[in-house]
Formats: sequence, structure tokens, C-alpha cells
Amino acid sequence: MAASASTTTHEATPPAPARWRPVFGSWLTAYKRTWRGSLFGRLLSPLMFLLSIGLGLGSLVDHSAGGVGGVPYLQYVVPGILAAQAMWVAMSESTYPVMGAIRWNEKYHAMLATPVGINDVLIGHLVYVAVQITGATVIFIGVAALFGSFSSWWVVLALPITVLTGMAFAVPVFAFSAKQETDGGFNILFRFIMTPLFLFSGIFFPVDQLPAFMRPVAWITPLWHGVEANRSLALGSPDLASVAGNTAYLLVVIAVGGWLARRAFTRRLVV
Amino acid sequence: MTRPDPNLLLRATGLTKTFGDFTAVDGIDFAVERGESFGFLGPNGAGKSSTMKMVGCVSPATGGKLRVFGQDPATHGPAIRARLGVVPQKDTLDEELTVEENLWIYGRYFGLSKSEVRSRTRELLDFAQLTDRATTRVEPLSGGMKRRLTIARSLISRPEILLLDEPTTGLDPQARHVLWDRLFRLKRRGVTLVLTTHYMDEAEQLCDRLVVMDHGKIVAQGSPRSLISEYSTREVLELRFDTDDHAQHGAAIAGIGERIEVLPDRLLVYAEDGDSAATEVHQRGVRPLSSLVRRSTLEDVFLHLTGRTLVD
Repeated sequence: MAASASTTTHEATPPAPARWRPVFGSWLTAYKRTWRGSLFGRLLSPLMFLLSIGLGLGSLVDHSAGGVGGVPYLQYVVPGILAAQAMWVAMSESTYPVMGAIRWNEKYHAMLATPVGINDVLIGHLVYVAVQITGATVIFIGVAALFGSFSSWWVVLALPITVLTGMAFAVPVFAFSAKQETDGGFNILFRFIMTPLFLFSGIFFPVDQLPAFMRPVAWITPLWHGVEANRSLALGSPDLASVAGNTAYLLVVIAVGGWLARRAFTRRLVV
Repeated sequence: MTRPDPNLLLRATGLTKTFGDFTAVDGIDFAVERGESFGFLGPNGAGKSSTMKMVGCVSPATGGKLRVFGQDPATHGPAIRARLGVVPQKDTLDEELTVEENLWIYGRYFGLSKSEVRSRTRELLDFAQLTDRATTRVEPLSGGMKRRLTIARSLISRPEILLLDEPTTGLDPQARHVLWDRLFRLKRRGVTLVLTTHYMDEAEQLCDRLVVMDHGKIVAQGSPRSLISEYSTREVLELRFDTDDHAQHGAAIAGIGERIEVLPDRLLVYAEDGDSAATEVHQRGVRPLSSLVRRSTLEDVFLHLTGRTLVD
């Protein structure tokens, strides 16, 4: 095969490592169509949580129990909700859009007919999802800060932790979505996985209050790690070793998810 | 095979594609040279699209050997795809975006700079007769316009081979003629066209050379004209009777022309001279509901080779 070594260098072909960028650019261009609606939703969602749970329920908790372990309920609950909203954004970006790009509009197929490869398709789309989660998180932190939800500048570090929490859902869900034949699986995901996680991952009350057998379930989910790390940062006296542990756990979930997503995409798109 | 011929753009030997127990492409051989217009003709499920996907380096071959630009798709996929233009069976356009945005995005996949993509977009929209639609969303456009946009999109990288999978399926006759005209222009500019179709007229219009596929195999190959002269007669006399079973009229006209085919709705008499065959039918006292003399087409070739019509 000496002949094939004389690969024609086409004027246009970008070097392999950069090929995820036009994929990212394509998702971003599509976002330009819908950014107004999405921005509105992302401002509204922290406002609703802050007003209802943070202030409404919070004043009740603070009056009757003196907050949670001495911490005002607003400051207790908001860092957790911050992590949870990253999960919800991750879910909405990694379920229907992935299925659509495979089954409905075949956006991935269009990309793969060009020099772009499976890794580029996956990385470019995931970077876009990370940017979406980052945007939503920045807005959430900004709005929540106006309500006095944070007592420390350490909360700035909650931004990367929250993005990692979101990606710890997005990346494995990419693998899940690539395998689905219909969108029926997403209902199961939302009802039987996301909703329980939202309720039992130590966002609204400490996990210690759960029956003993349920606690390990909270510990293995990425959300609990995001909630814990965010809360200890936002309250201003973080145990950095635990935060590092939570971060490492999130990174492991992302790495395993990445491997699964790569495999699922290849099986689905290279046939 | 020491030095690949630079004008031999495509070469397949024993090319095979299986999905589990199902063999979609069953050991086919073909070669395409630069500047040719080459077609795969066959009914749905003949293996045309699977072949195109292997050539387009998006689907790995199960067996056999395939070389595109002398390179192996298994090891040089991205480099090969950089030189191909692909018009898939289904338009994979981003319907939410505008016409020009679709071209910009696609050009970027090939690593073209933004300014380069924009100048090529103007040129291509002109070619595709979509200039006045440049800033409209794609979704409300007609099928023919979307198809032309897909073709314009595939040309943004100035490909050496254009792969077209059923380029005019589902379009109305007028839109098909506009599209054929555009493809002719590309051919005249020296772009190598490789297309699949189940339309005889399309194959006759566009292809210099074609292979007829059935059940994953190539059953005949040549130019449209040579295939017709090899497998059919110059003319065909079509006879329709007022009956449920056309086979029962076969005996009455036996021996007329070179060959008779019985279809559910008509009888086909293959003859060099259709009119004299019609006269002979009349002389025998056979009175069909209608009789029509036409030139032989690739449809007749396909019917002769497989015993079935192409589009049912």
C-alpha cells in the first residue's frame, strides 16, 4: 500500500484535532434562532425557585427550625438547586437533540459525509452542551446572588463544579439517547431517574435524614456530589479535600460516559 | 497494481456489505474514471444505497476491496471525504436555518475559511437558482428547491466526485428537469457524477455508463444504448386488453416480434419494427383495447433481466 502514502493534501481539509470546531459552530448557529426564548427560561427558572422554595418555604423552615444546622434555608438550598438545574439543562440538551440529529433531521449524518468524524461530532456537540450549561449556571448564580443566596466568594468555584455536574449527566445520556428507537425511554429517564434524584440528593434536606438504605443511592449519583461541593463552597468554609473528591468522582463519571457515548455513536452512525 | 491510475477514481472488486444474515451488496465489481457519469440502476432494496454509503466512506465494507482516489476508505476516510460531494437520499438540511446558513455551516466542516465559504456560497446559490432565497428559512421551501440546495451544499468543497443517491425521487416532472439541467452543467465542467436511480429516464438522461443491480448483484452493465441493443429490441408494442388476465391473449399473438412479455396490465411485444408488429396483430384478428408503439427503454432491459418491472 505504498501508493496510498501519497495522500493528496486537499487545500481545504483542516487538521484532524480542529474538526470538532465547525461541529460546535453549527450547533451555535442553530442556537441563534432560539436564544431569546431560552434566555427567558433561564432567567425565569432561578426566580421561581428562589421565590417559592428559597423565600417561601425558607421563611417557614427558618422560623420553625432555625434553618438547617444553623444555616438560613435560602443559603442551604440554593447551591443544591444550582447543581440540579445544571442536570435539567444537561438532560434537555442531550436527549431530544441527540435523537433528532440521529433519527429525525440526520444532522450527524450530514456532518459525517464530510471530513468530520465520529469523535468530532461527539466532542463538538458536547462542548456546545457544556457552553449551554455554563451560560445557564452563570445566569442562575447572578440572579441568586441578588437575593443574597451566597455568603462567600468561594461560590465562584461552584461554576466549574456545576458545569461538571451537568456534564456528568449529559455525557452518559448522549450514550443512552443514541441507543433509543423512540422517545419513550426519555419519559422513563425523566420520571424515574431525574425526578427522584432531584428530590433525594440532599438538595432540600440532608441525606442523613433519609433511611439508611437510601443514602448510598444518593452517594453514587453525580448530583449528590455536585450538591455537596457547591454547598460547601457557597457557605464559605469549604472542606477542599471533599470538594476535590466530589470533583474527581464527577470526572470519572464523565470519562466512563464518554467511552459509552463513543461506542453508542459508532454503533449507531457507522453501519 | 503498482501505480494507481490517477484517472481511475473508483474501483471496487468483490465489494460486499452484509447486515447480520442479510446480504445487501453481494460481491460487486465496478470502476469509474474521471469525468464519467456513472449510474447504479435498480429497484428499491437492490443494494444501491449501501454501495453509495461505502463509496462515501461512511459505511465500512464487509468484504472485498474498494479504492476511492486510489485510497482505502478504511484508513483514509476523512481524506477521501474531503474530495467527495454527497447528495444523500434524504435532504439532511437544517430546516430551521436559512438557505445561506446551511451552506456556511457545511463549508466549515471542510475547514474552509469564513470568507471563502461566503464567496463560494454566492456562486453556488446562483448556480442552484436560489439567490433570491438566500436569507429565507429552509423549511417552507419546495422539494425541488431543497434538493437544489442539497446539491449546492455538496459542491461547496469543489468535490472531484459527486455522489447522488436518488437525486430526483419524489420531485415533480418540472423540478426533475431543472435538476437534470444543473447536473448536466456540472458534468460539462468535468465533475465526475456517480448516481443511483430507479428511474429509467433519469439513467438514460444522465449516465454515460451504468450497472443494473438486483438483489445486491450487478446483472448487466454498459451504456444505456448498448444495454438496450443487447437486451432489448429497437421498439416495443404495448397491447392492452379488456381482461383480468393478459396471459390468455399471449397465445393469439405468439410468434409476432422477437419476444413477448406478459405483465398484469398489458402485453409487451418486442420487435425491431413496432408498426409492422401491430399490423400483424391486427391481421390475426386480435382486437386489443389499445395498442402503442414506443422505443425500447432501460425499463425493458430490466424487465428482461429480472422478469420484474422496476417501479411497482
